[in-house]
Amino acid sequence: MFIVDYIKEVYGAVKSLLTGMNRTGYYFTHHKEIITQEYPDNKDTLVLSERFRGEVVMKHDENNEHACTGCTACELACPNATIKIITKFDVTPEGKKKKAIDTFVYHLELCTMCNLCVEACPTGAITMAQTFEHSVTDRSKLIKKLNQPGSKIREGVE
Amino acid sequence: MFEEVGTTTEGDLVINVGPQHPATHGVLHLVLTLNGETIKNVEPHLGYIHRSIEKMSESLTYRQFIYVTSRMDYLSSHINNHACALTVEKGLQIEVPARAQVIRVLMDELTRLASHQLWWGAMAMDVGALTPFFHAFREREAINEIMEETCGARLTMNYICPGGVMIDLHPNFQRKVKEFITLFKSKIDEYDEMVTGNIIFQNRMKGIGLLSKEDAISYGVSGPAARGSGVSCDIRKLYPYEIYGSLNFEEILETGGDCFARYLVRFKEMRQSLSIIEQLIDNIPEGDFQAKTKAVLKLPKGEFYSRVETARGELGVYLISEGGTTPYRVKYRSPGFSNLSALNHMSKGYKLGDLVAIMGTLDLVIPDIDR
Ligand code: SF4
Ligand code: SF4
Repeated sequence: MFIVDYIKEVYGAVKSLLTGMNRTGYYFTHHKEIITQEYPDNKDTLVLSERFRGEVVMKHDENNEHACTGCTACELACPNATIKIITKFDVTPEGKKKKAIDTFVYHLELCTMCNLCVEACPTGAITMAQTFEHSVTDRSKLIKKLNQPGSKIREGVE
Repeated sequence: MFEEVGTTTEGDLVINVGPQHPATHGVLHLVLTLNGETIKNVEPHLGYIHRSIEKMSESLTYRQFIYVTSRMDYLSSHINNHACALTVEKGLQIEVPARAQVIRVLMDELTRLASHQLWWGAMAMDVGALTPFFHAFREREAINEIMEETCGARLTMNYICPGGVMIDLHPNFQRKVKEFITLFKSKIDEYDEMVTGNIIFQNRMKGIGLLSKEDAISYGVSGPAARGSGVSCDIRKLYPYEIYGSLNFEEILETGGDCFARYLVRFKEMRQSLSIIEQLIDNIPEGDFQAKTKAVLKLPKGEFYSRVETARGELGVYLISEGGTTPYRVKYRSPGFSNLSALNHMSKGYKLGDLVAIMGTLDLVIPDIDR
């Protein structure tokens, strides 16, 4: 009985080995199935999907205008205090005071890319960008000002 | 009733596995008492990756606290988000549109599949076969790409919001998923042939880490680990949520109770998930992907509980609301924690090398244990 079991086991082992080698042989002769992407060598051809959440950015048009009213909805929606909106008061031509954004402070080092701020914004002023190479040598470089210098709110956005 | 914990007699060896150890797949610290190579006692020490997610949730609004759960069991993050959203919807009595329900279930099953694929690769690697790991990651990549395209992230999706999903499916979604189904159907047979039938693998798994049905119930083990012992505990079947009640799939049960039985359950579940995805992918109803909700959500005063089946077992979300904008208390019943509690019982009397196989079939994700 012992001998029979022994032979069975050896047979099973050889069979397993051959099955494994069969797969190895298959992949050895089918190079096309290799899917490894050689980052960073593939940087020029690397395409990320348009919804990929890399960092929060503010959209500016060609006149350097954005749609942010400074309503702080995004600041309130953010779970980890990544956004800080500093507002100021602009004087309109009619002489009225109007709340506007002074600085949109964005702490990239705190952001978890959860998309809640983008969802919360009533005017669609912010969006997610596809950049992902965020490493810097100093933490303070990750604190960003999202509204570009000299930018102002687009006409008609309330 | 109580077992002696941590007692040693002369000649015993106490060793630490972890907190930094490749076999524990995370920062799990096990204190082992060995007699020669035989395990006498296993004592898990937790707390190395505790982030107090439950406490944190108390200061987050009902929209915000969902995303944190992605960081619990990161391999089934979408299903965790789903559980939280269900609780909030229960409180607010929101009717989720049919399209959103189907999208959620589709994503759930894709997540489960991805999680099981990763487990399969890691499991084989744990018992000494390195190649399956790369095979598993190759197919998992296809799912990750689908996720990235629609949800915007590969692992911590945060795609679900109270009332539905954040954004509609990507136009490519259906095509990509169908491509994936065709691809994976051929690959899963290859998986089967390569690992399940392998005699070395079977010898490492069969008769190891026995867990009887009674013990599985008394330790509160859930998910595939319990189903390997013959405990019927699939929440999708027992307490169907969303559209699971109308779907046609099997609850996989094995009665062996050993590592191989648990392996088979997970392996067969991959085919079930695939079949669920196949059933749904051509039948996504048109309509809204999100119900209309208020900007600020306020749950009525009371207690709410919902449960889902994650890739690892039953996840329960217990939420107490005082009527404000943030939860008063949130408690998660995570599958990993309960499953880990059975580890000592399962591994006593086996060899040190078997411990890795036993842990592998429990499919432990450490951040799920230490929330
Ligand atoms: S993506 Fe999330 S964490 Fe980042 S700024 Fe927006 S809300 Fe805050
Ligand atoms: S980005 Fe949007 S939500 Fe944030 S302050 Fe500006 S307008 Fe308001």
